[in-house]
Amino acid sequence: MSETQQISTTAKGPASAAAEAIPPAATGGVTQATVVKKTAPKSDYKPADVSPQRRVQRSYSIRLWSIRHSRMLEWFYARFADLFLMLHPLWKGIGYGRVEGPVKFVEKRVKGIMFDCRMCGQCVLSSTGMSCPMNCPKQLRNGPCGGVRANGNCEVEPDMPCVWVKAWEGSRNMVKGDAILAVQKPVDQSLRETSAWLRVTANAAAAREATKAGASA
Amino acid sequence: MSEKRPFQQDENPAGIHLPLEPLPGHSSRGRLERVLRRGEFAVTTELNPPDSADPEDVYNRAKVFDGWVDAINAVDASGANCHMSSVGICALLTRMGYAPVMQIACRDKNRIAIQGDVLGGAAMGVANVLCLTGDGVQAGDQPGAKPVFDLDSTSLLETIRIMRDNGKFLSGRKLTTPPQLFLGAAINPFAPPYDFRPIHLGKKIAAGAQFVQSQYCFDVPMLKTFMQKARDLGHTEKVFVLVGVGPLASAKTAKWIRSNVPGIHIPDAVITRLEGAQDQKKEGKQLCIDIINEVKEIPGVSGIHVMAYRQEEYVAEIVDESGVLKGRRPWKREARADDATVAARLDHLLKDDVTETQVDMVKSAH
Repeated sequence: MSETQQISTTAKGPASAAAEAIPPAATGGVTQATVVKKTAPKSDYKPADVSPQRRVQRSYSIRLWSIRHSRMLEWFYARFADLFLMLHPLWKGIGYGRVEGPVKFVEKRVKGIMFDCRMCGQCVLSSTGMSCPMNCPKQLRNGPCGGVRANGNCEVEPDMPCVWVKAWEGSRNMVKGDAILAVQKPVDQSLRETSAWLRVTANAAAAREATKAGASA
Repeated sequence: MSEKRPFQQDENPAGIHLPLEPLPGHSSRGRLERVLRRGEFAVTTELNPPDSADPEDVYNRAKVFDGWVDAINAVDASGANCHMSSVGICALLTRMGYAPVMQIACRDKNRIAIQGDVLGGAAMGVANVLCLTGDGVQAGDQPGAKPVFDLDSTSLLETIRIMRDNGKFLSGRKLTTPPQLFLGAAINPFAPPYDFRPIHLGKKIAAGAQFVQSQYCFDVPMLKTFMQKARDLGHTEKVFVLVGVGPLASAKTAKWIRSNVPGIHIPDAVITRLEGAQDQKKEGKQLCIDIINEVKEIPGVSGIHVMAYRQEEYVAEIVDESGVLKGRRPWKREARADDATVAARLDHLLKDDVTETQVDMVKSAH
């Protein structure tokens, strides 16, 4: 960089003089956001919610029911995973590619009703107290942000209970609730709208075969 | 030849903008990690990012902290309001020898951009990175922006740790020179779910956090409960905790912050104390000092993070009056050796009223 510029910085006066040079933004207890909102064009139609996550699914009473019954669902899910794994030869026989359509159709609807599933394709419900983290407006998968309101509601959606406050409550009811302590990898966005059930089954089958091969070798 | 610069600890003798000598057990070559690992009580602060393209604005805003703080946080569009980028601020600060903490918020950049910025920052001499989730876009001046949130703060920590320790991108592709960084995270012990917060800190440590900076602390008993749990879980041995503090300008501001800024918890007692004061601004500063004095005694607290938004000139006074430095002087930007020589020479010529001729100069030289 030019030397002249650096010299000028050392030669300038005290910093306090420049501190006043803050642009005449919002002052006196008003944020810039409020100013922006106030100056926005008026319209009769004002959407009720803030984030698109919330707009897709307005009511969350079933989601909250699922979290309250996380222990039961955990038990059910374990049986269900076993069943799917048992059917692995069937899936393989038909071809995972062929069953994907119908399985995804069912999975999307069932999990959609139960958990407001967003079909991220990498289900972590068992690690998050049966509270789907993709319903968080920030889609956090490793814990709450610092903006949770004192009443336990979301920073972005003031009338929605924080997904992670609920996740913590749900995980406390579960047998393997401490799975919430595991650090989750970032979401692979290329797996959106794919079946997590089939993926988990195929991976479990592969792992089972690997251990079998390891034992026999 | 020229006068030597006064000796300063934690400075590369070859140039103030250069990284320090690597030390065993240190993951970065920055000043903040050295101060913390020496067991000294660290002080960090936040630079109010300018809405301008003038480097002088950054330099002048950093100058008020000279000699009072160990590191300066370069915020990444805090509150989702658009300002000069943290990478840009860090580029300017490292040139001047300051130790910036580059904040990275997951709100605005995906993993491709973030990993690139980490390399770029480290190449410019950034030694500290603070991994944040970031406020939602609805809170800022551009609510129509697309929220990215590709990573979250914990997976971001892990990503950078993998880059540093394994020398790889998230994809597994190799780095020719990995970044040497001191990794930080944010904590907020003052928001629900309260009993999960210490465990959440453990998660961040597992992901790679080496220091944490907390949200504004106005409720010391609440912090004590949190720290007790964190100590019981053994977290305080693995992470340096810097408690966030700051002056409140008035009771009105405090009330407004409480109802409008998510995540900041201000108890009623604080507001009553401010309301009862003659000079609320002065009382706000005194309150901050009182909190610092209580906080520094809590076992496991390694420093403070002073956030004095638009009251940056008070940071020095707060740090001084609270006496947390115990006489220690953090690194201070001094004029370069040749600058001092030129200044002394000019002073002599202008003020001492001398007429120097070459003949005289030759005589005096002998």
